[in-house]
Order: sequence, then C-alpha cells, then structure tokens
Amino acid sequence: MHELSVTENIIKICSQEAAKNKVVKVKEIKILVGELTGLIPESIQYYFDIASIGTKVEGAKLNIAKIPLKIFCNGCKNTSVVKRGDFICPVCEGSDIKLLGGNEFLIDSMEVD
Amino acid sequence: MDIKIVRQILEWNEDCHKELQKELSEKKVLMINVMGSPGAGKTTFITNVINAVKGEFKIGVIEGDIAGKIDAEKIAALGIPVVQLNTDGACHIEAVSIKNILPEFNLNDLDIIFIENIGNLVCPAEFDIGEDIKIVILSIPEGDDKVEKYPLMFIKSNALVLSKYDTKDYFKFDENRVKNDALKLNKDIKFFPVNSASGYGVSEFIQWLRKYIKK
Repeated sequence: MHELSVTENIIKICSQEAAKNKVVKVKEIKILVGELTGLIPESIQYYFDIASIGTKVEGAKLNIAKIPLKIFCNGCKNTSVVKRGDFICPVCEGSDIKLLGGNEFLIDSMEVD
Repeated sequence: MDIKIVRQILEWNEDCHKELQKELSEKKVLMINVMGSPGAGKTTFITNVINAVKGEFKIGVIEGDIAGKIDAEKIAALGIPVVQLNTDGACHIEAVSIKNILPEFNLNDLDIIFIENIGNLVCPAEFDIGEDIKIVILSIPEGDDKVEKYPLMFIKSNALVLSKYDTKDYFKFDENRVKNDALKLNKDIKFFPVNSASGYGVSEFIQWLRKYIKK
C-alpha cells in the first residue's frame, strides 16, 4: 500500500549512485525484497515508470527478486528455506524455530552504460 | 557494467528512527508504538492504561489517523497532552512524522508517550518510528488466524494484547492457536488477555510495562 513512497526512495538512492559513478544510462535496477514484506513488485514498476520521468534513472527496468524465507531450527540445528506461513522445520518437523530475516528490502545493484 | 549498491530502501526511515531513540533516551521518555486493526480497541486500551497510571507517570499521546480527530478528543478529555497526526490517506506512520510532531511535547515533563498507529495489521509493521517497544492489539472477534496471516506484525511486536477477551467463548476463539503461532515467529513475545470494558488484565500489562520506564 505504500509503494509510491518506497518507489520515490528507490529513485532517489539510484540517482545519487548514478551521479556518483558518472553513469550515462541506468538499464536495470536489481532490488531484493524479503518474503515477509507486503510490497507488490508490479506496483513498484508501475509507479517507477511515472515517477522516474526526467530523472537519471528514467527508463530503467526493475528486476525485483524475492528473498526466500529461511528458518533455523533450534532442535536439529538445520537451516531451511520454507514457504510463507510454513513455520515448521522441514527436517525434523520441530516448531522451535528462529526466523532468519524476511523483511529485507534493499537495492542490490544497477546495470549501467 | 554492473554497479553494486546494497543500500536499504528505507534507510532514511531507519536513520530517523535511531535519531528519535537517542533523543528519547536522553530525555528518559519511553515511547510505545501501539498497532492493530481498525476497531481492535487501541484507543480504549490506551485510555485504560492512562487512567490506571496517570497519577504515577506523566503521559503524552500521539494519535495517528487517516482523517479526523475523534480519538484525540477522547484522550484530551482525560487531561493528557495529545497531538493528532493525520496521514491524509497513508496506511502507516513514518519516523519523520514523529520527528516533526515531537516538539509539540515538553519531553522534560513526560515519562511515557503512546503512539496510536493507523488501524492496519500490514504496513505499520514495516516502519520503526523511534519507539522503544511495539505492542499489537488483536481483538477476539477478528479471529484466531491473524498471526498466521499477518506474520510480520507479530514478529516485530514485544507484546500481544488480546482485547475484548470476555467474548472468547462466543467467537470460539482458540487462544492456544494464537499463542503457538506467535511464539513460533517470536519466542520473546508476551501475551496479555485484556477486557478493557471491565479493566480485566490491564494491571498485568502495566506490571510488565514498568521495567521499560526510564525514570
């Protein structure tokens, strides 16, 4: 629901980085989003296409990758990737687990000319 | 060519959150972010806590709402300093809004500030706003499946207040399901069954809150 303010920050950060690196054109921006955040990638691209007009990152394609949810099992000490809402260790079926992240939200890299 | 960036998209909010925490720590003011769905009973719960401790602690309230000032008027009626924060449609409060509003209070003369966040189980969970602790209020009529459906809220909260607790049997609410689901996500979360109408459970909550008071 708050994709617009988030998109404005993506544009701000990437424009700063583009200026710093004397970039001519930003072709692609890679964004990593944790499974537990409620952000919708399609909405971010939609806002981006409009809000980036006239900025250094206009025309860039967003490549938004979801970071899968990882859990650590305190019982069998295994780390596993699980589906959202599935908070049981797939190895030993134990429920004494610890979440390893899930609400990440960062700009990973930019593909530029 | 590929340029590595690795910057948090919400870094501006995180920076502002930390700045606020520092200021409040210097002034020894405890800030509490109260979250929950519309109608969960956030204002009523805050009102009950205020009534129980206002002789002992000095309290201020920031009332977040999309529009209107109904809740702020209820708090003001208790003789408590309150500031209404209207987000004009936004689904959550951000740290910068709290930073802008904080000068409205005399921090030297406060022990606790409650922030009543926008009624929403999704977006407020993603934004730290300078608080020391987060509380989520889940009312019994909302159903016992909410932890599973909105995990981030329960991962980020220090305490889960189960409000309208007297209606538990009427709604066939499975309290153990909620507790098990929440503990799986957050083994440190504390539970407080509360019935704000009768005052049931409020004193247990206050007992827990005391250890966070800075003065």
